[in-house]
Amino acid sequence: MNLPITWNDVLALGPIAVVFGGTLLLVVLESIVRKASPLMFWVTVGVLAVAAGCALATIGVAGTAFGGTVLTGGYASYFALVFSAGALLVTLLSPAYLLKRATAFTEYYILLLAAVTGMMVMAASNDLVVFFLGLETMSVAFYVLAGFTRQSVTSNESAMKYFLLGAFATGFLLYGMALVYGTLGSTSIAMLRSSAAAHAGEPLFLVGLGLLLVGFVFKVAAVPFHMWVPDVYEGAPTMVSGLMSTGGKSAAFAAFLLVFGADVLQSAAPIREVMAVLAALSMIVGNILAISQTSVKRMLAYSSVAHAGYILTGVIAANADGANGVMFYLLAYTLMNVGAFGVLSILETASVENVRIDDLAGLSRTRPWLAGLMALFMFSLTGIPPFAGFFGKYYVFTGAIGAGYTWLAIVGVIMSVVSAYYYLRLVVVMYFQEGSPDQVGTATGIGLASLVLPAIALLALGLLPSTIVNLTMQCF
Amino acid sequence: MIAEQLLFAFLAACAVTTAVLMVFQRNPVTSAISLIGNFFCLAALYLLLEAQLLAVLEIAVYAGAIMVLVVFVIMLLNVGDEVSLSFRPNLRMIAGGVLMVAFLLELLYLFTMAPGAGSIVVAAMRPSGLGTVESMGHALYSGFLFPLQITGLLLLIAVVGAVILAKRRLS
Repeated sequence: MNLPITWNDVLALGPIAVVFGGTLLLVVLESIVRKASPLMFWVTVGVLAVAAGCALATIGVAGTAFGGTVLTGGYASYFALVFSAGALLVTLLSPAYLLKRATAFTEYYILLLAAVTGMMVMAASNDLVVFFLGLETMSVAFYVLAGFTRQSVTSNESAMKYFLLGAFATGFLLYGMALVYGTLGSTSIAMLRSSAAAHAGEPLFLVGLGLLLVGFVFKVAAVPFHMWVPDVYEGAPTMVSGLMSTGGKSAAFAAFLLVFGADVLQSAAPIREVMAVLAALSMIVGNILAISQTSVKRMLAYSSVAHAGYILTGVIAANADGANGVMFYLLAYTLMNVGAFGVLSILETASVENVRIDDLAGLSRTRPWLAGLMALFMFSLTGIPPFAGFFGKYYVFTGAIGAGYTWLAIVGVIMSVVSAYYYLRLVVVMYFQEGSPDQVGTATGIGLASLVLPAIALLALGLLPSTIVNLTMQCF
Repeated sequence: MIAEQLLFAFLAACAVTTAVLMVFQRNPVTSAISLIGNFFCLAALYLLLEAQLLAVLEIAVYAGAIMVLVVFVIMLLNVGDEVSLSFRPNLRMIAGGVLMVAFLLELLYLFTMAPGAGSIVVAAMRPSGLGTVESMGHALYSGFLFPLQITGLLLLIAVVGAVILAKRRLS
């Protein structure tokens, strides 16, 4: 294999090259600048903003680079945009939160940018090897970030649990890849999709796909591999949970959609049926367990399991509607969930590490802005129009009905109604219950601004969903 | 051909035995030694596949460097106290064991009796000269250049993470 690899390949990477370079730059800067200097924070913000701009600029031209192992433009750029937007909001909300936790170490930004690099590589992978390395880069960064507040026992527990279970899931993923490679003789994802029909009858190929599925289902946090989610999200620093539940999930779904594309699912019928059952179970288990939670973070964790179920519905549909739905949903979910975790990170104080739902009573009177924003994010998570969350669900369920999975769409709609109970309960507690939430924290200017931004975006996407759908349509 | 198959069967049996021993040994040091045995069996299997460089690396990196680390950690932590760790079977373990056996039987069926089982190995053919340093280098710096760079980032992040989590005092 003699492939001419030139600088053009590096340039074609676009946003990946920017965050990759940014991570290396931060490692060097970290050893030069003073520890208390805000420079690292601003460089991270700058790198993510440039990456987002770069992604937006390259979204129209899809191609491959590095001898066809990496996708560039189009699909990869769209997800790069989602990741950099989510990570930018998380970065903006982080300094105030880290100060409260007494862990304002600049290494945080190195790990954050590395996680984003991993996510982008996953969404751009056209080879199972590339996908695996992207996944590991993201996961290793997240294992460390989850345990970033070292003095906190729950943070340690979170990191340990995530690491052990994540490594175990990686084993399944690798074994699946090995079996798929054994049947195809290639690790290329493009080849996996194009030759899936020819190999669909081979049991070994199906077992390989099944093992891959186990790894993916763990990473997107769907039933039955969701056990780690509440503990990890609760123990990890709040903004890290925010990034894990949005960027991490989106990256896993982006690769999921690449590997389990329409060709693969249509020829591997048993895998598709298993996925449909898992999606239904995720929606049911996630929503029902979320009802009984008292901690807001745990509630959001179970809600993220339920959302994995909704999004999985779009993957199973294996048609254009479903794929567009998944892409739109992930953008909307990133905005609303980062927003919800952002509000929590502001409300937490050095003494109140874990905000309970009762702590929010009467919040509308003492912190009207925060209460209003939280209510908006909750409405969007429920899927109430005109917020973007509604159209996400609308597209994935339309896709499922189009593919003949009407029962799955019905389960999804019923479970969305169930979810209204716990999302709206938060709004009721904030607005209609008496309480004195004086112990909770207050927002800084920059914190409030980085919450208003996703709120405006959610409203805009909900009113004009076609702007994004036109973008996602080009990616196929 | 038959000699190769016999050798493979012997090495595979050794590899599985040492792997099982590694998990079930109560004493961490014997566990570590079983692991070394496993690494050597794997290296020999790589040689059978004509992957010479991988075999050498397996011994140098795993049996050499990583095992030294493992043994050091065992010595420094003085894990001797944990030998008495109790092992009581409960419902979960039994369910896990049943699932494991079912999975093993399924794989056994797939590789031996399922329709098309014979053709499986054909796809992952081995090009001649795959295992030499030259061909590995060629592959790493042409087709797999991007994965190689990402591996570099992955290792860098692992180092940064280890420092963060293990440093005695953070300022």
